[in-house]
Amino acid sequence: MNQLTLLIGVFAYLSLLAVGGGMAVFPELKLLTVDVHHWLTFPQLIHLYSVGQLSPGPNMMMVTAIGQRVAGPLGALVVVIAFFLPSGLMTFGVGRLWVRLEGWPWRDAIQRGLAPVSIGLVIAGTITIAKGALTGWKAAVIATVVFIFFLRSRINPALLILGGAIAGLAAFAAG
Amino acid sequence: MSEPTTPPADVTIKEIFLTFLIIGATSFGGGVVAYLRDSLVGKRRWLDDSDFIRMLSISQTLPGLNATNMAVLVGDRLRGAAGAIAAMLGICLPGGLFMFAAGTMYGGHGERPFVSAMLHGVAAAAVGLILAVTVQLGRKSLDRASDLVFVTLTVTGINLLHLSIPYLLLAVGGAAVWWYRPRTAAERPEP
Repeated sequence: MNQLTLLIGVFAYLSLLAVGGGMAVFPELKLLTVDVHHWLTFPQLIHLYSVGQLSPGPNMMMVTAIGQRVAGPLGALVVVIAFFLPSGLMTFGVGRLWVRLEGWPWRDAIQRGLAPVSIGLVIAGTITIAKGALTGWKAAVIATVVFIFFLRSRINPALLILGGAIAGLAAFAAG
Repeated sequence: MSEPTTPPADVTIKEIFLTFLIIGATSFGGGVVAYLRDSLVGKRRWLDDSDFIRMLSISQTLPGLNATNMAVLVGDRLRGAAGAIAAMLGICLPGGLFMFAAGTMYGGHGERPFVSAMLHGVAAAAVGLILAVTVQLGRKSLDRASDLVFVTLTVTGINLLHLSIPYLLLAVGGAAVWWYRPRTAAERPEP
């Protein structure tokens, strides 16, 4: 099948599954882009994810770079549309319906029930990234320091990411 | 919850686009929601705090990124479908252009040792950051033992059993929604 058609299929599918945000579909993203379609290697995916952390706006805009890698500018455009249009349309439709469902008792049940599942999906996505990112004790130290700093201080997360970049240079460039 | 307050009538499509464009261009470190709140509730006063929280809870329940779902809901609220499109384009454009350029450069220089070292450090920091944000969110929204059971089932299903997300949403999501199903006063367990 044509690469563009495959890109549309994969990213539209991921779009509709992203309950809990982009991180929630990371395991599925890895499976489809790395293991099934071989568009890039797992370390490359982790790298692009990291570039996404340095980018302004939503982190998952990193999917643009996957499309670019597979099929150039057109690939990038196709991926952005496939990843954001389906969930966008769904939010548009359900958002309007939601107000009218004010009195429907199942509305709160759905919200209440999906909350722990979406948090579980985010943790599962983080575990998948951690398998590629925490390759040794140095990386584990960086992650732990960031974790503690974020919870103990009101520091801007962007500075922690920048600190990670500097720590990475110091820890991994020499070896 | 109270009915939504009436949005300001004089917001133009251009203002919506520019406001979300600025948020898309200046929010770093993943906390886009905090930037949205500062701009939409604080500076612009397009929403009040309870509207913002209601829209955020819808954004979190539906598939899609919180930031782009918020853009759709707020844009629709202010100026209907055109507003939703303007907000979505605005918030995605800066990051999309950045990632396109970065992806192109990565193709040429990604294998250089110092680039690789730096990105490795960023990835490690990101793992720490997401876990911290998740702990914070979990403390706020998960308050019962049953919640922890559903979190654990989800993580086990994905990472150990390698279930794909549609099955997981049907099985664990379905069970969780059923667990919190609407009950009449008589059915409710004693607190």
